[in-house]
Amino acid sequence: MEFTLFTLLNGVSYGLLLFMLSSGLTLIFSMMGVLNFAHASFYMLGAYMAYTISSVLGFWPALVLAPIVVGLIGALVERYGLRPLHKYGHIPELLFTFGMSYLIVELVQLIWGRAAVPYPIPKELDGPLFTLFSTSFPIYRGFMMLVALSMLASIYLVLTRTRVGLVIQAALTHPDAVEALGHNVPRIFMWVFGGGCALAGLAGVIGGNAFVTEPGMAATVGSIIFVVVVVGGMGSLAGAFVASILIGVLQTFAVALDYSLMTMFNGLGANITEATPGYELLKLTISQSAAILPFLLLVLILIFRPKGLMGTRE
Amino acid sequence: MRLTFTPLNLARYLVWSGFALILIVAPLIFSKGAALSILSQIGTVMIFGLSYNMLLGQGGMLSFGHAVYSGLGAFFAIHAMNSSGIGASVPTTLIPLVGGFAGMAFGVLFGYVTTKKSGTTFAMITLGLVELVFASSLMFPSFFGGEGGITTNRVRGDALFGISYGPQIQVYYLIAFWLFISTIAMFAFTQTPLGRMINAVRDNPERVEFIGYNTQWVRYLTLILSAFFAGISGGLGAINFEIVSAENVSAIRSGAVLLFVFIGGISFFFGPLLGAIVGVFFSVMLSDFTPAWQLYLGLFFVLLVRYAPAGLASLILMLLRVKSFGLFHRIWKPLLAVCAVSLVGFAGFLAGIEMLYHLTLEAANGSIMTRFGQQIDVKAAAPWLVVAGLLAAGIVGYRRVQPGYYAVWSEVNAEIAAKQRGSAA
Repeated sequence: MEFTLFTLLNGVSYGLLLFMLSSGLTLIFSMMGVLNFAHASFYMLGAYMAYTISSVLGFWPALVLAPIVVGLIGALVERYGLRPLHKYGHIPELLFTFGMSYLIVELVQLIWGRAAVPYPIPKELDGPLFTLFSTSFPIYRGFMMLVALSMLASIYLVLTRTRVGLVIQAALTHPDAVEALGHNVPRIFMWVFGGGCALAGLAGVIGGNAFVTEPGMAATVGSIIFVVVVVGGMGSLAGAFVASILIGVLQTFAVALDYSLMTMFNGLGANITEATPGYELLKLTISQSAAILPFLLLVLILIFRPKGLMGTRE
Repeated sequence: MRLTFTPLNLARYLVWSGFALILIVAPLIFSKGAALSILSQIGTVMIFGLSYNMLLGQGGMLSFGHAVYSGLGAFFAIHAMNSSGIGASVPTTLIPLVGGFAGMAFGVLFGYVTTKKSGTTFAMITLGLVELVFASSLMFPSFFGGEGGITTNRVRGDALFGISYGPQIQVYYLIAFWLFISTIAMFAFTQTPLGRMINAVRDNPERVEFIGYNTQWVRYLTLILSAFFAGISGGLGAINFEIVSAENVSAIRSGAVLLFVFIGGISFFFGPLLGAIVGVFFSVMLSDFTPAWQLYLGLFFVLLVRYAPAGLASLILMLLRVKSFGLFHRIWKPLLAVCAVSLVGFAGFLAGIEMLYHLTLEAANGSIMTRFGQQIDVKAAAPWLVVAGLLAAGIVGYRRVQPGYYAVWSEVNAEIAAKQRGSAA
């Protein structure tokens, strides 16, 4: 009970962090058709920016400033890198962001070095939020969930309740009509791209000190968020939410479970030893296979439900 | 279909004989130090790149996971070399075929899932697949050798005609032989009906479906063949390095081949050959000189995507076209000027990056940087002023020279276009 509850909470908080990343990616993809390969790099950039800003001004200004800086960098990348490529189609755009992901990792190492940087959790958020039975839940995990949920709510409100959001929604489906009505669609694209990058930056600010701020952090989440976007359904924000939570919980549970097929069969009375055929496969514990679960889920989804959980297009 | 009567296609024989000749004499010209091992690496990367271009260039399928096929091929090849059973009876010369058939088998298996989609979705599925295979490879250490990988000894069995594959030169010629065969086979593929259909599927899948072809089936067959050649290159790599590790099936390896092929030029058959040379130059030779080689590779790639999306091959071909129309005399002066000012700016940029790298990553070794026998103090102001001066000179010079070059270039190309229209009419 205790184990289940806390693993579930940890899984949800990890899933919400994944959602902060995948929401920006989904937004950019559904609007521009561009899969931003450098999205996780902006997440890393957010963490490093927050590290630098928080060492001067403190954590709270960093929470606001770092995403803004990352968003502006993203807008510049869109304006001067992606926009001129738009006429060549999606593959050159995808390749451009792929090249950017290489460049950003190298630039980060050039500026901040190859080792992890000490980016601590702020003092006022350090400590247990509540203690149940004998396990305590850290405040910072709760704070992460709070930030992610309020971000989710504000995206939803901006997209559905404001004029800007309505223009963005219209530009998603009918860019030509929106342009004819006098809106500058390329500029909307630029700000959506910048906004998506800022969301990734925000995830970096709160994820960087919950985990580790190092040059490899982009690669660790990079492929997972692509899995989230495909499993949820390309371009579906709700799907991305469900898939993020699903994968977050799945991975957190899997890491904690130390059972294998062997323990199950042996518990049922079978006697599996090293001599049994397929011993290698049978002795694998669930925690050992945690790393492949998201990708296995991706392949299964693509075979049985190619449009994703909540996708509308194949 | 174009019907032509050509009893002897002389140009084609010349090109292929020239290619064979280059492969034969290359180790005689580049014989110093590690040149032979670099040539061998270029050879394997060339096969890998050509097989990758069957997907990206000819089929429009952007794959982020092509290393799965070459890597798994390499693992099967190395197990065949180590085994005492059936594998022992396969001579080293034919070990690449083991890799090829293993790659092909996995192409049949994985391709069925991946080729259901095209475009961006295909790219993401292949990325998921390569991560899946990479993560699984660390889970089964008895087959994949865990972090350390699997090692072998390529000198095995009886030497045939004195060829034991001990000396590197024999391995080079083995690679050159397979490179030649594979290049011919992959070129022949582009001429087959399937090779033509995959071009059509790339350009207009909807219309292909209306004609009555199954686009998924066309992509699937192409991927299987491409995986076969990737496996051959994996098998050759296993013989060359005598070690295969999980890194061979990683997304990093897959990304590298994508970079190399794109740099070479995806719309030309020979583009990947060029890309392999440039790529190995960056990743093997440049990495000995500077820690910043990945930055340069990334920057080079981004600039190419942005300004020359058809790669290096297209730049060369455009210049050759101007030359063949006899207009080269008009562009070479402004072209030289642009190259000269770019070189000045580039030198400043390189020096600045190197000094920055030294300042941040090698700070522990003191502030003196040694490059090309020169000692530079990166904490002093003078070198930074020189860098800023070079950069400024490069940028200002480029701004002055570039418009003139652009004008001449557009003029010349307009003339060529007019001539081509004239000769066609």
